[in-house]
Amino acid sequence: MTAHADIPRSRLSRRAFVVGSAAAVGGFSLGFHVPLGAARAQAAPAAAPEVNAWVVIRPDETVVIRIARSEMGQGTLTGLAQLVAEELGCDWSKVTTEYPSPGANLARNRVWGSYSTGGSRGIRDSHQYVREGGAAARTMLIAAAAQAWGVPPGECRAEKSVISHAPSGRTTTYGKVADAAARMPPPSAVVLKEPKDWTIIGKPLARLDTADKLNGRQVYGADLSFPGMLNAAVKACPVFGGRLVAYDAAKVRSMPGVRHVVRVDDTAVAVVADTWWQAKTALDALPITWDEGPNRALSSADIAALLKAGLDAPEAFVGNRQGDAKAALAGAARVVTADYAVPYQNHATMEPMNATALVTAERCEVWVPTQNGESSLAVAAEASGLPVQRCEIHKLHLGGGFGRRGNFQDYARQSVLIAKQMPGVPVKLLWSREEDMLHGAYHPITQARMTGGLDAQGNLVALHMRISGQSILAAVRPEGMQGGMDPVVFQGLTATNPEGHLGYAVPNLLVDHAMRNPPVPPGFWRGVNLNQNAIYVECFMDELAHAAGVDPLAFRRRLMADRPKHRAVLEAVAARIGWDTKPAEGVHRGLAHIMGFGSYVAAAAEVSVAADGTLTIHRIVAATDPGHVVNPAQVERQVEGSFVYGLSACLYGECTVKDGRMEQENFDTYEVMRMGAMPAVETIILPSGGFWGGVGEPTIAVAAPAVLNAIFAATGKRIRDLPLKHHSLA
Amino acid sequence: MARLTINGQVRTVEVDPDTPLLWVIREQVGLTGTKFGCGIAQCGACTVHVDGVATRSCVLPVGAVEESQKIVTIEGLSPDSSHPLQKAWLALDVPQCGYCQSGMIMAAAALLEQTPSPTDADISAEITNICRCGTYNRVRAAIKQAAGETQAG
Repeated sequence: MTAHADIPRSRLSRRAFVVGSAAAVGGFSLGFHVPLGAARAQAAPAAAPEVNAWVVIRPDETVVIRIARSEMGQGTLTGLAQLVAEELGCDWSKVTTEYPSPGANLARNRVWGSYSTGGSRGIRDSHQYVREGGAAARTMLIAAAAQAWGVPPGECRAEKSVISHAPSGRTTTYGKVADAAARMPPPSAVVLKEPKDWTIIGKPLARLDTADKLNGRQVYGADLSFPGMLNAAVKACPVFGGRLVAYDAAKVRSMPGVRHVVRVDDTAVAVVADTWWQAKTALDALPITWDEGPNRALSSADIAALLKAGLDAPEAFVGNRQGDAKAALAGAARVVTADYAVPYQNHATMEPMNATALVTAERCEVWVPTQNGESSLAVAAEASGLPVQRCEIHKLHLGGGFGRRGNFQDYARQSVLIAKQMPGVPVKLLWSREEDMLHGAYHPITQARMTGGLDAQGNLVALHMRISGQSILAAVRPEGMQGGMDPVVFQGLTATNPEGHLGYAVPNLLVDHAMRNPPVPPGFWRGVNLNQNAIYVECFMDELAHAAGVDPLAFRRRLMADRPKHRAVLEAVAARIGWDTKPAEGVHRGLAHIMGFGSYVAAAAEVSVAADGTLTIHRIVAATDPGHVVNPAQVERQVEGSFVYGLSACLYGECTVKDGRMEQENFDTYEVMRMGAMPAVETIILPSGGFWGGVGEPTIAVAAPAVLNAIFAATGKRIRDLPLKHHSLA
Repeated sequence: MARLTINGQVRTVEVDPDTPLLWVIREQVGLTGTKFGCGIAQCGACTVHVDGVATRSCVLPVGAVEESQKIVTIEGLSPDSSHPLQKAWLALDVPQCGYCQSGMIMAAAALLEQTPSPTDADISAEITNICRCGTYNRVRAAIKQAAGETQAG
């Protein structure tokens, strides 16, 4: 017998449920339905017509809000639903959500806009049109009721899914008029509510996606199961730039459950078996010959030397220039200089990369945890060789994304390349943790040389910040380059960019970048370049303050007179941590602030260092001004979580290269923060209004510098190269 | 062939005895609430109870498990998400991406069985599961809330 016969099938028919809205809005399905949980399946009634692209209201008053962006833990599903619901005027307790499929978006002229979920952009890039979508639907619902009553729509109002006409005392509900509303002409223009009138936006509402995450019902990509599905394990050449030469399939073909051994592309081989464990076991036994290529001897030392040479290279891209920094440094009373370095990081999402593909001569469908369904769709078309109109993507909630699952659809591509070799058979590809660690899109490596000039009074009169290192855009999105320069490198450091401008007025300033691109694939890692930049700027500001003999907060404030929003968050954390008071015995404090992803953020940390060098991070106070806040409870969660990400990198995280490949293959060597190391986090939200800033990423950047500055206060040791685990604090 | 008692039901599966319990639970039995995260007992996403003990199932060969041993997965923790931990988790909206949360809850449930009123040090020592979204402080708060409810009840 084969173990294949043991794979349970019945759960599919019990829980059949069409994912997203592909069937409802003109997409197609090959007939495989995704089990998305009994609770939701029971709630799925007969299809109701959409009022518009954003809103479906069922006769039972359920409000289905369509969400184009992906839920990966950051709460965007709930936040975006709040934006639509606010303008829709619906009963929040009736709200549920669904993902419109990327294929449907294509077929409908991108009615849902961008699907890209990264750069903390989910809400800030789409708040306008999703609110307009909600407002338009409300207008149509009211128009339908008014028409039925024969009264002017202007005399009707809607609240909590109830439409009322005060002059006649009549009322009806959204569910009753939704069918008629769907036939109303959409309004040519809508007026959005003033923030003062919001009743759903700005409220700490509970997440919409919690219940199924408490009992195992939430189905992630890694959990999918279809009738007849096979499972694939893959191995790509572990050396960057290497290739697959040959493999001896005969050695494993008779192993239990093995069905196929296939070349995926020039770099990878896969074993396809009845179960994933069988596939992985056979893959581990498969003799493989690699051509390790030109990088076979590459090491971290080589990369560090490459970057170090960039620290004083004559040529560099200029990201911010004020006055004449070099002349002012030459004339400064005192010059302070320091070199910093930050290593590669892996995203290490808890759910390893995976995708399930079904390819026939006519169609290609992929079920994939993706931060950008449109990217996944493009990859499905390219890898299958089919017209994009014959491809479809089914999105699933992500078991973590952090930037790994957006631009980079390598895993989805592999799933299609494998599945097309066995047409009509659904194949689930799941990476091992080792594959995930060896084939990342790594947080790029950079170094910085910071040179500051102080005048006789200890004022900062000149600053040269030279960044040397890798460009993400050069590797993955060259069309985003500006005359050869990568603007992402200068996150938080620009003069005026509303994404993030420097919080200091330095009369003579030069921020430049010597691009050095090692042959290691870089990627967008939660917080992106803001993370390194905040470490460089904020730790060095601390160094300058100490050199000048000035309190670090006071030193910063001198340079922030015309930066009121930067100053507000910094002063808020200083006040809350009690900067002007003496800390408890043995406790020391550090500060940091920066602007990124459109938000102003700051952190203050309290740490102690024992005689043996053991570090304890007791407490972090964080502040953020994202302009408007959609859900303050979600903001608190994102801020807390961001410190885990930032501090994991600060304390432990590094991917090092030896013999052309990453040395860390799992969590035993790629350590991350766990419960015992987690400090208390207090979050101060200071929404100054008038703009929409990001939430998921910016506070990561201030985690490390606040802690590193506190460590200096505690020990007198300046940690300038991370991770901290390599340094003794004793 | 292996005979396993999972969530109160005896299951017979055709499987190589070296197969980790995790993959039997996920692929043969079809209970996918127990997650694969690392495969080397580092992250805890695969945590189940074996005779009440929190066990990282990704490194436990199924051949080492006896039919008499009671395996409980997240699906069997309660029939209707009514375990005090699940209720506390819901009240505090603990999960973010949620992928590690089955393992977190199962580890916490075993802790509360052994130590009904855990201290912060107990929680830090016993809950060593990895969460990359950073839910740790809410996990801690939910464990304390559930412990309080259990004690009060």
